[in-house]
Order: sequence, then structure tokens, then C-alpha cells
Amino acid sequence: MRELICINCPMGCHLKVDDTDKENIIVTGNTCNRGKVYGINEVLHPKRMVTSLVTVIGGEHAVVSCKTKEAIPKELIFDSLEVLKNTKVNAPVSIGDVLVSNILGTGVDVVATSNVKRV
Amino acid sequence: MEKKVRLLIVGGGPAGLAAAVEAYDKGERDILILERENKLGGILNQCIHNGFGLHTFNEELTGPEYAQRFIDEVEKRKIAYLLNTTVIEVSDKKCVKALNEGGLLEIQAEAIILSCGCRERPRGAINIAGSRGAGVFSAGTAQKLVNIDGLMPGKEVVILGSGDIGLIMARRMTFEGAKVKAVVELMPYSSGLNRNIVQCLNDFNIPLLFSHTVVEIKGDNRVESVIIAEVDERLNPKMETAQEIKCDTLLLSVGLLPENELARGANVDISRITRGAVVDDRLMTNIDGIFECGNVLHVHDLVDFVSLEAREAGAKAVEYINSKDKNKKYESIAIETDGKVRYVVPELILKNDDSNPLTLKLRVSNVFKKVRLEVSVDNEVIYSRVKQVVAPGEMQTIDLKSEDVLKLRKANSIKVYLRSME
Ligand SMILES: Cc1cc2nc3c(=O)[nH]c(=O)nc-3n(C[C@H](O)[C@H](O)[C@H](O)COP(=O)(O)OP(=O)(O)OC[C@H]3O[C@@H](n4cnc5c(N)ncnc54)[C@H](O)[C@@H]3O)c2cc1C
Ligand code: SF4
Repeated sequence: MRELICINCPMGCHLKVDDTDKENIIVTGNTCNRGKVYGINEVLHPKRMVTSLVTVIGGEHAVVSCKTKEAIPKELIFDSLEVLKNTKVNAPVSIGDVLVSNILGTGVDVVATSNVKRV
Repeated sequence: MEKKVRLLIVGGGPAGLAAAVEAYDKGERDILILERENKLGGILNQCIHNGFGLHTFNEELTGPEYAQRFIDEVEKRKIAYLLNTTVIEVSDKKCVKALNEGGLLEIQAEAIILSCGCRERPRGAINIAGSRGAGVFSAGTAQKLVNIDGLMPGKEVVILGSGDIGLIMARRMTFEGAKVKAVVELMPYSSGLNRNIVQCLNDFNIPLLFSHTVVEIKGDNRVESVIIAEVDERLNPKMETAQEIKCDTLLLSVGLLPENELARGANVDISRITRGAVVDDRLMTNIDGIFECGNVLHVHDLVDFVSLEAREAGAKAVEYINSKDKNKKYESIAIETDGKVRYVVPELILKNDDSNPLTLKLRVSNVFKKVRLEVSVDNEVIYSRVKQVVAPGEMQTIDLKSEDVLKLRKANSIKVYLRSME
């Protein structure tokens, strides 16, 4: 049994998700169907977007902000941060530039979210 | 040297940028934005997390990406701006003084839009006993250190206040290898968004303690621990519940205040509730030709609403500049609230015959379930919407059609209130 808060609307319903039978997951506590769908996805394959910083060489700033272009499996958050910590890119960097392609084999690229000029 | 400009915008954050773009698109070409930082974009530059622009662009952007979209629009139109330029004075005659490397600038404007955002409540605004060792930061300062300068304020962290900035920083510090031991919230509810509680705290098993506060900070040169305690209904700490948490850093996320020093200097009336200017439905203050929008007017949680409000201010400023009877004074009527609705912006409705749709923005004073949000004009209900739940952390909007706005303009009394459905 997992307890979750539905984030789809301000109601913030407290869901109970019984996933003992993966084929027949039972969600209770939801007020509407969106809560049910959310509960099932959250226990089967929770995903998150990751945002962080990557070191820049020769730029006006020492770091550039970045994001995974799409959400990646939640359990890979810390591994992906480790990859980003060890990544260095050369200035200039523009929004949308791919900084790490296909991070951890997820098929998702990490892209820059700000511009850093060369100095 | 005195310079002249038709529309002067103070602050190049999302509000200032959107106001400038809209003013340009309404035909104004003589616009100048003054920004004290070395970059346009305002507070968004340090908000590297996603969750911006869902309403405007139907995409989940990060802060810098959202800002860049508007910066690009400003550049495309070749709207003039000066960076590293701090406005130090605005007069009620619309004369502006600013400082930059070149020295003192004096600019006479026909209209001014104040869009200088808000600042964090300082530690002095809350009472915590203990020494003043290093390691106490406001959450926004910590955000700037980590995200712009790449520096970490500490390793073991307690956060006081569960507003969005505190929640976002709990995750951010965790990402950078710190251990966030607890988020402590005085009220029995969070003023932050649910999605942030889930994705910033629950995901990393960070405890959120409601109805608790920090009563003491220990450590001489550097924070060594904090004492926290539960509070009673009157928010007084129950000392028998006190417990010590070891930490080297305390982040304060205890709220934002509109930055209204400049407005005060220009004799603008400031609301005691929002701490922003009192404005009419053109977003104009009591000083002719001075407008406010964005976080300086009232604290917004979503930048999308900031952009919308700022567009409105840009359009109205241009209308004002071009109007023939600029100094014509209209009577106005103040919107009344019931206490459950804490404030409504704009507060004043002009008694003229402008017909235009209007969005009222408001916040409630507590969590209320199963209510109707209503607007009445001379006791006739002209707007009513069911709300399953409303909370102080979430700004509410009321979209009124032009025919209803005309009713407001003719009213003897306008009320905005919550009606219980139980
Ligand atoms: C930490 C944090 C997290 C947030 N998270 C989200 C989120 O997830 N999603 C979302 O939609 N919104 C979020 N917001 C809200 C959003 O960022 C703000 O509502 C928005 O930035 C407000 O825009 P603004 O232009 O009014 O103010 P600001 O962005 O503060 O811009 C004001 C500008 O005015 C300049 N200025 C001030 N005084 C002067 C002066 N005297 N002279 C010259 N220039 C001056 C400042 O330097 C600044 O650039 C967040 C805000 C913060 C603080
Ligand atoms: S279950 Fe439905 S009503 Fe409840 S929070 Fe989720 S979306 Fe909102």
C-alpha cells in the first residue's frame, strides 16, 4: 500500500494505492478519474524532469543551467546528477544545445536552459 | 543631463519585459527599460527548475527559458534598455533618477510602469532567539548562491517556511549533496503548491512539520543546531515539545514583500494588505501616469499571471500617454471584501464608461472547502463559481465580461466574498 498526494489539481487528494496485484492496481481516496490514472502511473513508472547545472569552460558564467528534455524514471535522478556533475562543456552555449545525449540510455537528452557567451 | 522618454519602465523582470512588448505592439516606440542587474529576466534567472509557462506556452519551461522568450521579443522590437542601472528615485512629477557607471541619469517620463518585483522578508521580520552566527540565509539568497554562483551554503539544512521557494530549495540542496533534515511550517497548511510538496519533499523523504517553528538558533560563529517546537492554535510555541536538530544551515522562506520604496517616494498610496500600490482597473496608482504590475503590485505564484497583468499595464500606459484629457479625474469605487477574501487587485473601479473585460485577482485568508466565490453589485450576484477548495497559497482569478464591468462602474457597492455551501 502506497500513500500519495495527487498533484493534478489544488484539491490535493490523499490517495491510497494498493499495488499488490500489478495487473489490478486499486486506487482509493481520489475524487476524480485523473487521480486514479495518476496513482497508477506513480507506482508503475514514476518519472521526473531533472534540472541542474553543468560546468562551462571559457564562458561569462562558470555554470549553465540544464534540464532533461523529458521526464526520466525517478530512480535515475541521482545517477543522472552524477553524470551532469562530471560533464564540462565549452562556451558559447545556447538554450536548447544538447549537453548530454541519451543520458543513462533513457533516450532523453539533457539540454541547456540558458545562454552563456564566450569571453 | 536630462533626457526625455514617453514610457519609462523600472525593472526588466518578466513584468517589465511583457509591459514593454505590449506597449510597443500598441504603437508606442519611445520606451526605455532600466534594470539594475547585468541581465534582463529578473528573479527567473535563478529559478532553474521547471514549471514555468504552463499557461502561456503550454510547455513546462525553466525560469531562464521563460525569461529568454520575452527577452527575444524585446530584442526583436529593438526596445531600448539600460543594464546595471539602478533607479534611486521616482517623483510624483514622473522625473526619475538612476545611477550607473556613467553617473547620475535624470529622465523625465510621460508615464512610468513600476515593475521592480519583490524581496524576501528579512530575518528581522521574524523573532528567533539565539546568536547571529553564519549559516542563516534567506531561501532566495541561497538559490542565487547555488544556481548563479555555483556555491553551496552548507551540508546539513533546516528550512523554516514551506512556501514554494523553500520547497524548491529543499530539492535543489539535496541534488547538490546536502542533507535537508526538515522543513518547518508555522501554519497547519503549506503556502506552497502541492506539486512542490510531492516532487521536492516526498520524493526525497524530507519531513514537513506543520504547526512547528524554530525557537532558537545555536552556535557562535556558525550555526550548529536549531531548536524547534510545536505551536498552539495561537501560534505560541509549546516549549515542552522542543527538540534539537543538528544542522549547519538554516534557510528562511518566510514570505515575500513587494519592493515599494520607489513608489512611496513618489507619494503612491500603498495597500496595507498587499504592500503593493492601490491601483484602479487600469493598474494606475493615485499618481497620474504611474502604473504598477507584477510582484511589486502583489506577490504572484505563477509567472504566467505576471505576464498577463503586465501586458494590461503596458496597454493602459499607452492609452494614457495618447489620451487628450490626461489629467481628467474620474471618481472610483473601492471593492469590499469579507475577510475570507483577503484582498482584491485592482481595488478601485473607475466610474467612467470604458467597456472592457476585466480580471480581478485575489487571495483568501485561510483554507476553505466547498465554497462559492461570488461578486455582487448593489446586492445582485453577478458572478458565482463553485470552488472545492481555496488556499492562501493559490491566487484566484475572476474573469468578468465587459457588460458586467459596466455594472461595476455604475455600482454603489461592490463585494467580493466566499459563501459557504454547507
Ligand atoms: C524562488 C522563486 C521560485 C519561483 N517559482 C516559480 C514557478 O515554479 N513557477 C512560476 O510560474 N513562477 C514562479 N515564481 C514566480 C515568478 O518568478 C515571479 O512571479 C516573477 O519573476 C515576478 O516577476 P516581476 O517582473 O514582477 O519581478 P522580478 O522577476 O523580481 O523582476 C524585477 C526586476 O526589477 C529589477 N529592479 C528592482 N528594483 C530596481 C531598481 N530600483 N532599479 C532598477 N531595476 C530594479 C530587479 O533587478 C529585477 O530584475 C518563483 C519566484 C521565486 C522568487
Ligand atoms: S483526484 Fe481529482 S480532484 Fe483529487 S487532486 Fe487529483 S485531480 Fe484533483
